[in-house]
Amino acid sequence: MTATITPYRPPQQDGRDGFAQLLHAEWTKFRTLRGWVIAIVVAAAAIAVVGVLLPHSSQSHCGSRSGAACLALVATGPGGEAVNDSYYLAAQPLAVDGSITVRLTSLTGLVTPDPNLPTTGPQDTMRPGLVPWAKAGIIITASTRPGAAYVAMMVTGSHGVRLQYDYTSDIAGLPGSVSAASPRWLRLARSGDVVTGYDSADGRGWTEVGVAHLAGLTGTVRAGMFATSPLVFFPNFPTYAEPGGSLSASLATGAFDDVHLSGGAPGGRWAGQNVGTIGANYDGPRIGLRQAGGKFTVTGSGDIGPVVAAGTNSIFITGTLADHLFGVFIGLLIMIVIAAMFITVEYRRGLIAATLAASPRRGRLLAAKAVVIGMATFALGSAAAAVAVIVGTRIAHNSGIYVLGSGWPIEVRVILGTGAMLAVASVLALSIAAMLRRSVAAVAAVVVVIVLPYIIGVTGILPATASEWILRVTPAAGFAVEQSVPQYQQVVGHYGPPDYYPLAPWSGFAVLCLYAAVALGLAAWLLRRRDA
Amino acid sequence: MSQTMTHGRNQTMTIARHRLPRSAGTARARADGAGRAWTGLADALWAEWTKLRTEPGTAWILAAICVLTVAVGAATAAATRCSGGTGCAIDPTKVSLTGIEAGQAVVAVLAVLVISGEYSTGMIAVTFTAMPRRAAVLAAKAATLTGLVLAAAVVAVAGSLAAGRLILAGNGITAAHGFAVVSLAHGSTVRAAAGSVLYLALVGLLSLGIATIVRDSAAATGAVLGMLYVPPVIALFLGSEPAWQRWVERYTPTNAGLAILNTTGLRDLVISPWAGLGVLAAWAAAALLAAGVLLHLRDA
Repeated sequence: MTATITPYRPPQQDGRDGFAQLLHAEWTKFRTLRGWVIAIVVAAAAIAVVGVLLPHSSQSHCGSRSGAACLALVATGPGGEAVNDSYYLAAQPLAVDGSITVRLTSLTGLVTPDPNLPTTGPQDTMRPGLVPWAKAGIIITASTRPGAAYVAMMVTGSHGVRLQYDYTSDIAGLPGSVSAASPRWLRLARSGDVVTGYDSADGRGWTEVGVAHLAGLTGTVRAGMFATSPLVFFPNFPTYAEPGGSLSASLATGAFDDVHLSGGAPGGRWAGQNVGTIGANYDGPRIGLRQAGGKFTVTGSGDIGPVVAAGTNSIFITGTLADHLFGVFIGLLIMIVIAAMFITVEYRRGLIAATLAASPRRGRLLAAKAVVIGMATFALGSAAAAVAVIVGTRIAHNSGIYVLGSGWPIEVRVILGTGAMLAVASVLALSIAAMLRRSVAAVAAVVVVIVLPYIIGVTGILPATASEWILRVTPAAGFAVEQSVPQYQQVVGHYGPPDYYPLAPWSGFAVLCLYAAVALGLAAWLLRRRDA
Repeated sequence: MSQTMTHGRNQTMTIARHRLPRSAGTARARADGAGRAWTGLADALWAEWTKLRTEPGTAWILAAICVLTVAVGAATAAATRCSGGTGCAIDPTKVSLTGIEAGQAVVAVLAVLVISGEYSTGMIAVTFTAMPRRAAVLAAKAATLTGLVLAAAVVAVAGSLAAGRLILAGNGITAAHGFAVVSLAHGSTVRAAAGSVLYLALVGLLSLGIATIVRDSAAATGAVLGMLYVPPVIALFLGSEPAWQRWVERYTPTNAGLAILNTTGLRDLVISPWAGLGVLAAWAAAALLAAGVLLHLRDA
């Protein structure tokens, strides 16, 4: 008689086999390799140290002062942004609602010739010419303090009639240039703190160009004619994306007649004054107001508009948040090498067989690796970017460098965006390495695909249009998250990397995410199809 | 002496020892110690050449060097236009040869494969057992790598110059508009072309040195590519420190070495062409020297 034999069951429960266990396994693989952990920490340290130490070790010098005292010279507009506010004004006070109407018959100017081109005469004579954004027209401004709220209707060098207010807003009016044969009539009508701008080509039919609501425009304001012309930036290598160049002054002269001011004091006289700090703008005998009967000519130099990085501001040194993120591409290089090694080392050592046997669901395995490497690079990358940006802007402030685009919302977006960009680039590197499996080929491929386009686009080896195309289309577009300042169409400047990128920040990040998503999907598909 | 073995219970078996003929080898060894060293190096060279030519990827990588260099040079030439027709600061030879900045990455990868492949497969133990003179091994690897890279570089540079000349002429960058012509009749173009070939060879040697120091293939690839491509960007970002920027532009491998490409505007260069190539040669020599010392000191 045989006794029934009960099979032996060990007292332990079956282990759970969920995604959490897989994550824990991949995290253990990552953190127990001391070399990788050290490398990622070194990458983060590179970002932080380079961002703090490298930029702006020089101090601002402004006249007899230097350092943080120079920041007192910065004029800020109603929106808080740094602005240039220098022009020649011929104005009367306007206490109540009213309007100012003028007819402009000419806009002429003087420019300094391009120092890079061969010249035939004395080097520093100014020649007749108009810069594209030379301005002459009428303005209603709260005061002549730099940075005050204003509304202006103007004729420009090559952009036609424009309505500009509060430094950042710009609306186009009648196109074409002004001359005695095709004069322009401009009108600003004020009621309270609402100002409406009109233009006309014949003096009878008026077109409304735009309406401005300005909170600071209450009480007595100054209304009158103005003229100004911005500094011209001559880049050293016009064909290539090189930021070096020189600034030269220019002048603009507007000829006004048929001037009517309704609402002003009776018998008021037009008083001329030069508004704003001068810097490298022209400051000589040509500036001023000339009056002959009912005709006025106003000549001025300067600009009314926002300060842009690497633009035509000459009074104080400006920087942006991107200046403190120069180390990001070094950290990126190290992080993508580690991400590639994270998966190729399994193939090299044969560990892939054990890994795939333990986790037959290969898509989840790749996802777990991506999550681990993404989280590690995001955490360390964001921390390093935070140190670089916060400490770096503090040091810049103490040196008298005005950091454009600073302020908590933008800084948080730049810090977290940089961390996210590093994480997504690491996932892209992991996916490419999973497709290629050989470590040398994988590392070379990820460096060529992710880091090389950034280097080519930023160092200006190729012409500017090719560099711009590269920064739109390749994974290097992800670096656009570092951009902290907007571009302004009404200000001419060198809008190129590292301060400006062709795509908006989240658009560039989306391009990188698209690359990573496609690569991850392709890698998962290949991992399932192949033996290992 | 021959061996005779006869079977059977009653017959004796004689096993003669097989001896190497004594005359040739020992005579060589005794009479001329240097001769044996020379033979060792020749053997090492032949061994390294065999390793490289039987590796299937080597031919593809050499082809990739040529193709990538010519392609990037042609693309740069196609994108180079002068908007005014005259007066642009364009150096046609430099534009045509821009491709070597991409080809150098493939040369670096080849150098890494030459040495790190041995470590990753464990072949290094066999290599050092068969050839205990490690300096000879390193020298042989360097020599065979340089020979292959020089051959590929000559093809690549010739193709780049031809493609650049045709494409730039199509874009209006011709002698009629005041630009220099890409022609081997000009001494400056010959200098740029020969210098580019040497540049790629030196990049290969520098990469071999770094890869021997680092040994792990992925880390070596990262280190080598970082060494080649990071300093130019650092130089760009050092705008607020002119002294450091000048040092980086003069004394880092790629910044200095690429000065050889310039044929115009030589007075405005940070470092003169041949001096720049000399800086790169110094870096390569230092890397190989450090690699040799480490090979001698380490286990493998």
